[in-house]
Amino acid sequence: MWRSAISIRHLAMRQTQTQHGACDEARTQYSVLSARQSLGIVPCAAWRLLLLVAFITLELFEPTVVSAADPIRPPSNVKVEEIPYRGGTSIKVSWDLSPDDTTDGDSRVEAYEIRFDQVPKPFSQIESLAFRFLPGWIWNRVWRGRGSSFVMRLQTLPGARSIEPSKYYDGSSFDGTGVDSGSTFRVSVVSIGTDKARSAYSNAVTFPRFRTSPQTAPIDKSWFALVVILVCGTVIVCTELARRGKPFYVRPIAGLQAIEEAVGRATEMGKPMLFVPGIQDMNEIDTVAGLTILSSVAKTAAEYDTPIEVPTTRSLVMTAAREAVQAAALAAGRPDYYNEDRIYYVTDEQFGYVAHTCGWMYREQPAACFYLGKFYAESLILAETGNAVGAIQIAGTAETTQLPFFVAACDYTLIGEELFAASAYLSGEPAQLGMLKGQDFGKLAAMVLVVIGCLLATWDSILPRGKDAQGKDLPPRTQFLRDEVLKGG
Amino acid sequence: MQKTVPVVIAGSVGALMALAFFSPPLLWMREKAEEWFTILAAIAMLLGGTNLCVHHLRRISDREAGWGFSAVTLLTFVITVGVGVLKVGVVPESARNLDRAWSGGYLQEGGAFWWMFQYVYSPMMSTMFALLAFYVASAAFRAFRAKNFEAALLLVTAIIVLIGQTPDRDFLPEQLSFIRFETLTELCKKTFVTAGQRAIMIGIALGVAATSLRILLGLDRSYLGGDE
Repeated sequence: MWRSAISIRHLAMRQTQTQHGACDEARTQYSVLSARQSLGIVPCAAWRLLLLVAFITLELFEPTVVSAADPIRPPSNVKVEEIPYRGGTSIKVSWDLSPDDTTDGDSRVEAYEIRFDQVPKPFSQIESLAFRFLPGWIWNRVWRGRGSSFVMRLQTLPGARSIEPSKYYDGSSFDGTGVDSGSTFRVSVVSIGTDKARSAYSNAVTFPRFRTSPQTAPIDKSWFALVVILVCGTVIVCTELARRGKPFYVRPIAGLQAIEEAVGRATEMGKPMLFVPGIQDMNEIDTVAGLTILSSVAKTAAEYDTPIEVPTTRSLVMTAAREAVQAAALAAGRPDYYNEDRIYYVTDEQFGYVAHTCGWMYREQPAACFYLGKFYAESLILAETGNAVGAIQIAGTAETTQLPFFVAACDYTLIGEELFAASAYLSGEPAQLGMLKGQDFGKLAAMVLVVIGCLLATWDSILPRGKDAQGKDLPPRTQFLRDEVLKGG
Repeated sequence: MQKTVPVVIAGSVGALMALAFFSPPLLWMREKAEEWFTILAAIAMLLGGTNLCVHHLRRISDREAGWGFSAVTLLTFVITVGVGVLKVGVVPESARNLDRAWSGGYLQEGGAFWWMFQYVYSPMMSTMFALLAFYVASAAFRAFRAKNFEAALLLVTAIIVLIGQTPDRDFLPEQLSFIRFETLTELCKKTFVTAGQRAIMIGIALGVAATSLRILLGLDRSYLGGDE
């Protein structure tokens, strides 16, 4: 939005400048014309001579104005290359800026238009032109025409030097829409002026169509894969050790120890409890972690026969929560405790859900509230409402932006990893506790990497690496650690 | 069997997603799995809609506390679905489809559904969101009570950041003009906050990896109701 706003303002400024330029030109031309006309009405030869001198002077000193009619120049040196490690799904189109696209605030280029043609046979189906773009590059995209007239055009902001369109559908989808899979792309770029005039086309580059077969190495991000294998391997080894009877110490987590206290309080007060498993679907690991804790809370609640209300924002979560509570009631030896009416779907809408849940809290005055899962802006509204009704509150999320709200408004907060450790902690199973110990080794590895990174960064700041043979600055020593090992290249 | 099949599906699809992250040739399989989830979630919407109707009808029938809200919910649900499905007020968008009354999009500007979204739904959502400002104030009031050393430290930091982010600081006495609040604010945000957040993020990443592994290996089945 910011970029759009800036570009619109920039465009408006340039239009104003162009208008001013046109006014100056018109004024100059008017004065010259007036002088020329006056030549014809002066009878005296001396006057004529004088006016002729004045006219020549005016012609000589006429200010130089860039004519709006001058065609803007196209970009040059267009290149198309495949982006590696994307499974043959992405290309990069780059070009040198048009000479009229300057950064001094007087640029005459408003946008670049990249034209894709399929040769020799044109696209015949619009569906085959579905592309996905990296955010931030594309200002607008224009689909025009079908058949042989035209294919697809994209627009970028002025100053853009490249785009990276990615194929959205796989090869079979292309073939299914009647497009010749053996064709190639022809790519060319044109400058669009602030007056909407178009330059000539740049050089056209022919490039093989997105390949449908994998052409890259089978393993990508090898360093990152190694880190993952090491961490997961450590976790599995610790699990096996725990299974064989090796004792592991797991520090107490106050928020989880308070669950029984919260359930007991609700039982004593004869009030229900509220459990909110976040506002996301089952594909979020936070939601799964929240449901594993629900299972434990429901088991304790079933033992005390304290009702628990579980409103959900997703119907899949509702189904999973019902399964978890039903199984917990069975495990507690109280199958009659399970009441599916207490676990229900409200709405997918964030604040609609908040309105319902807060309303329920004010009406029912729950004695204990649990917020465990994925939360966004609704976290503080829920927690403050729970605080207002005097409930004991236990919250947990991996969303770092919401943690301060929960810490401020709740009695206990599971911070980050504690949410994921809860299931293992509550189950008490040696295998799961062993996994927690495996995580600790992962933290140790992270600490070692942090220390190495600090040392390398310090070395970089004291003794910079200097320049290479071409005079370019060499990358810092931390680059490999940051980009290859941690980000996976 | 009832628990084994879901665990096998979750484990195999989860492993596939993890492998596809490192191996581009498997990307198409990951995309297929994501499409399946989308289809499943769409079917689950029907389940959710049915549950919504049954739940609120029962509340109205039992005259539970707040049953009037259930009536309003059901009424608005029926109206919204009806207006959206019947495309009330929508006109054909293309000259070629003038004889096809339902050819316009259901969210077309000027249509009844668009009107409801624009003038009923959006203002109500904005109202709920605006409540956040008051909740932030009340939570901050409680959090910044200097009960002990840590709370006092939090209070002082909060005041510095608050002043540092205030553009016009004329209200400050002259004696405090030597304090560079904006520099201190940047220091707090870039050094202390970032360091703390990164530490939490590392813990979360490891927790996610371990939890995923527990689910993939079938060690943790509590989200399916355990082994019972």
